[in-house]
Amino acid sequence: MPNIEIKQLGVKQQGRWILKDISLTIAPGEIVTLVGPNGCGKTTLVRALLGLMPISTGSISLPDDLSIGYMPQACHIDPTLPITVQRFLSLSGMPIDAALNKKLRIQRLLKQPMQVLSGGELQRVLMARALMRKPKLLVLDEPVQGVDVTGQAKLYDLITQARDELGCSVLMVSHDLHIVMAKTDKVICLNQHICCSGTPEAVQKDPAYINLFGTAAEKLAVYTHDHDHDHDGGEHV
Amino acid sequence: MYNFLLLAFLAGVGFALVAAPLGSLVVWRRMAYFGDTLAHASLLGVALGFAFSILPMYFSVAIVCVVVALLLLLLEKQQAIARDSLLGILAHTSLALGIVVIALLPNFRADLYGYLFGDILAVSWQDIIVIYGLAVAVLALLAWNWQKLLAVTVHAELAKVEGISIQRQQLLFVLLLALSIAMAMKVLGVLLITAMLIIPPATARPWSKTPEKMVILALVFAILSVLVGLAASLYLDLPAGPAIVVASSVLFTGSWLSAR
Repeated sequence: MPNIEIKQLGVKQQGRWILKDISLTIAPGEIVTLVGPNGCGKTTLVRALLGLMPISTGSISLPDDLSIGYMPQACHIDPTLPITVQRFLSLSGMPIDAALNKKLRIQRLLKQPMQVLSGGELQRVLMARALMRKPKLLVLDEPVQGVDVTGQAKLYDLITQARDELGCSVLMVSHDLHIVMAKTDKVICLNQHICCSGTPEAVQKDPAYINLFGTAAEKLAVYTHDHDHDHDGGEHV
Repeated sequence: MYNFLLLAFLAGVGFALVAAPLGSLVVWRRMAYFGDTLAHASLLGVALGFAFSILPMYFSVAIVCVVVALLLLLLEKQQAIARDSLLGILAHTSLALGIVVIALLPNFRADLYGYLFGDILAVSWQDIIVIYGLAVAVLALLAWNWQKLLAVTVHAELAKVEGISIQRQQLLFVLLLALSIAMAMKVLGVLLITAMLIIPPATARPWSKTPEKMVILALVFAILSVLVGLAASLYLDLPAGPAIVVASSVLFTGSWLSAR
């Protein structure tokens, strides 16, 4: 499968550039994490890649017939619409995958209405819907948002597993600036343009990264598998 | 058996068949005013149909409804004015235009009561054939696209990433809604159409765990309202259209009170 290629991408809205001169490549099987302050254009970049918003300049080239699994940041379902988790999953057009549901610990939730799920449960259901399609590109917008530290560890494990099993590329927006998944191949630090990119270790030493996030975020804590892990990286940006 | 009552019942059920799924979608998508707007626009269709009496009334009403629906889809693309304001503008403009056109026609006496409530007790077999013909077509298209329409309603962006065209489903939905309203206009009138789109699905909501169950229950409640309304009209000598609306409101209230 060829690479996913973004060249000189720019997105302009109401006369203001949200993103400018973004060029990046995602190789098959690669895990790419986007970090950056609020309003830096992370979600815009993801939405542009998914074809959910028009781009102003540059190009995005995706392999033909690329199946995409997308885990959106939010999923608000109108309270007037009765829908169980099972029915929600079936809207993907794929058969219910019992093994996947078990792995994500959502098999007990199948008969529950979508609207009563907790934050963490909803994230797992959205993840299931993204993975059911056996995607070649998995796009996750803040997948661990509202999930406790242990839950985060499990979700990150699942993302890595999905990559290993499906051989899919992963593009992830990181909610927490400090915590980046250990298995990330490439971190892209975004602030309207790409400030710096590289391995997590390289990015945290990059002057552009330090300059952007200041002393509050001098170190980019890379999530490792100690389950009693407790981050003390100071304030969130 | 009174023949006119049987025909009225058949007409009500015919519209209920399409109103249950379409009305549920309207409720889920928070587009209640959209049905209202189309129903208002149909007066303009009636007036134009009379002015250029080349085509049957159904066609002129259908054409005006479809044009208004497409106009709304187009106008929605701009972001400066919100959807509900746009709907208000379109609804009142088309209603006023309808009244203006009627005033310009020397031989046309506008029956505003008939416009509001239709004339369900004057249904002909020909009306029944039109209603059921269209209902079958609308239901077939709905059934064929149900999964996609639902996916777009639940989460439009997720559906798009999964390969469903949001625009195509949106277009299909408003066209089906416009055609259904046009077909029911003469018989049911504005008030009954909007009431039958919104009230039965709202009545069904507390008892439904899946979208499909809500649609089926909405149909049951709609048919029940038609039966009760017509019975009230027969035995208490009430006007049939308003009686059906009141019956469905009573069901709605009962449903929510007993669900608590």
